[in-house]
Amino acid sequence: MSSEIKEQYTRFIGRKILFIVVFLILLILIAAVSALLGSADIPAADVYATILHKFLPAHFAPSPTETIDVGAIKAIVWDNRLRRILMGVAAGVGLAFAGATMQGILRNPLASPYTLGIASAAGFGAALGILLDVGIAGGRYLVVVNAFIFALIASAIIIGIARHRGARPETMILAGIAIGYFFSAMTALLQYFGEAEAVKEVIFWMLGELDRASWDELTMSVIVLLCCIPLLMWRSWDLNVMGAGDETAKSLGVNVERTRMVTMILASLVTASVVCFTGTIMFIGLVAPHITRMVIGGDNRFLLPASGLVGAVLLVGADAVSRSIIPPVILPVGVMTSFIGVPFFFYLIVRKRREYW
Amino acid sequence: MRLQIKDLVFSYGSARILDHITMELGSSEVLGIVGPNGAGKSTFIRCIDRILVPEHGTVLLDGQDLETMDRMEIAKGIGYVPQSVSTVFPATVFDTVLMGRRPHLGWRSSEEDIDRVLEVLTMLKIKHLAMRDFNEISGGQQQKVLIARALAQDSGIVLLDEPTSNLDIKHQLEVMEIMRELVSKKGISVMMAIHDLNLAARYSDRIIMLNGGSIRDVGDPVSVLTADNIQSVYGVEVIVKHEADKPYIIPIRSFGD
Repeated sequence: MSSEIKEQYTRFIGRKILFIVVFLILLILIAAVSALLGSADIPAADVYATILHKFLPAHFAPSPTETIDVGAIKAIVWDNRLRRILMGVAAGVGLAFAGATMQGILRNPLASPYTLGIASAAGFGAALGILLDVGIAGGRYLVVVNAFIFALIASAIIIGIARHRGARPETMILAGIAIGYFFSAMTALLQYFGEAEAVKEVIFWMLGELDRASWDELTMSVIVLLCCIPLLMWRSWDLNVMGAGDETAKSLGVNVERTRMVTMILASLVTASVVCFTGTIMFIGLVAPHITRMVIGGDNRFLLPASGLVGAVLLVGADAVSRSIIPPVILPVGVMTSFIGVPFFFYLIVRKRREYW
Repeated sequence: MRLQIKDLVFSYGSARILDHITMELGSSEVLGIVGPNGAGKSTFIRCIDRILVPEHGTVLLDGQDLETMDRMEIAKGIGYVPQSVSTVFPATVFDTVLMGRRPHLGWRSSEEDIDRVLEVLTMLKIKHLAMRDFNEISGGQQQKVLIARALAQDSGIVLLDEPTSNLDIKHQLEVMEIMRELVSKKGISVMMAIHDLNLAARYSDRIIMLNGGSIRDVGDPVSVLTADNIQSVYGVEVIVKHEADKPYIIPIRSFGD
């Protein structure tokens, strides 16, 4: 019987790994389909040849179509389509990772970069830059740096309050919600006095868009993710143990307060580095971890990377849909994630078999 | 001595919960902590494991001051079983018990960890629950899982907070017998806060009676669980009978205030 349980356990682990592999493949497929979408009419073979040309120039080369020459094809495929797809992958992974981490350390299914006020704070930073031209960096980085800094300010306040009050999850969540309301009110105030055009720009910013980051900015975002994500993964056992409560975690050797601080800082950095380039993309950070948990359970060693992939699939998928519903109009991806995510999420809640996923 | 506790003081705000407690826990000993609600039993246990940090006083684990040790070192020496836990997110019974291996674990769980978990599940007769969700099993089963987790931790000392509060009489005896067996076979020391005086009397080597945050009496069950002690601490009238060197407490009535 022992060997039977061991086998069941191994199979359970195998299923989690399979989930990750399936979503990795799904992500590549969706990205591949998404690369074909756009107003410029480029045959699929040429799109993929353009992509592969970068890596294997000897074997693949796009051929010009009747209306578009090779240079333009390269520009469209790489700079228009792939840049936004890759930003979608980075943002999806980052937001979902941050959401899964926050839900874990705060032991609360409602925690996410959005519900904790970090996105609202970033929005206020952006509004400050757009409406009043106030910010630390100048020029084209004004809005980005503002958003980044205010996102970090929000989490610094949450962490500061937590330090003072002993880092209890409830305190941090309440602080986060209050901060969210505060910065939303501040943004509303700025908009109330703002010029119509600028107000519109703020609203556009807050809807979320994958097209804003340049290649360099995308690289910066990815570097932050590549630094923070392994550190979060490394803490996944501690997150698991903290799921059983602070007392238990302490008795099992986890320094609960410090772990909560460090992971919160890392998750905030990830969030800020994504949100400052994309604007507030709602829902991914909240929902991707839940969808994942429903399928593979709560073990953070698998939950964190799998949530990241689910987040990326959702976001890149939503972006593909938002570009193809009424072309050439591109609907805001932040809106589309909710349109696609909410019904799917309801479906999962209704058909769930277990008491809690 | 496995544990030496000297002059322990703890307060919640201005309410003093533990008032200068000094005691020791020997090796291969089962120590029962009894006392009325609010006597400080749970707080005492949490202070020993540094889940709560005492205001004053020292706890020595095999002669080493806990204050100088990090959590991981403490976790290797002392296991703790809470009364109950509520988990928000799903975890299988297996994974819950595997958490007990945390102090010994790398990022991956090794074959040895998995075997240890299976061993403990077998010992507590909950192997059939291994792949069930912790939140879906009964309160009594959950309590056994929590005990299993502490045993998987392989610490020389196990602290239990009301380990039998959710168990029916069969499972109460079963859990107590497992603890006794571990004490005699593996030489671990057990300290448990427990409400049931008869259970405490039957399975403890020594008993500490707490009242109002200080030790009222300490010694073997017969000398501590006397009708006088129980009457003055709990405010109830009892008859204490003795059989095979163990006291049996028969409750008669509660005094009005």
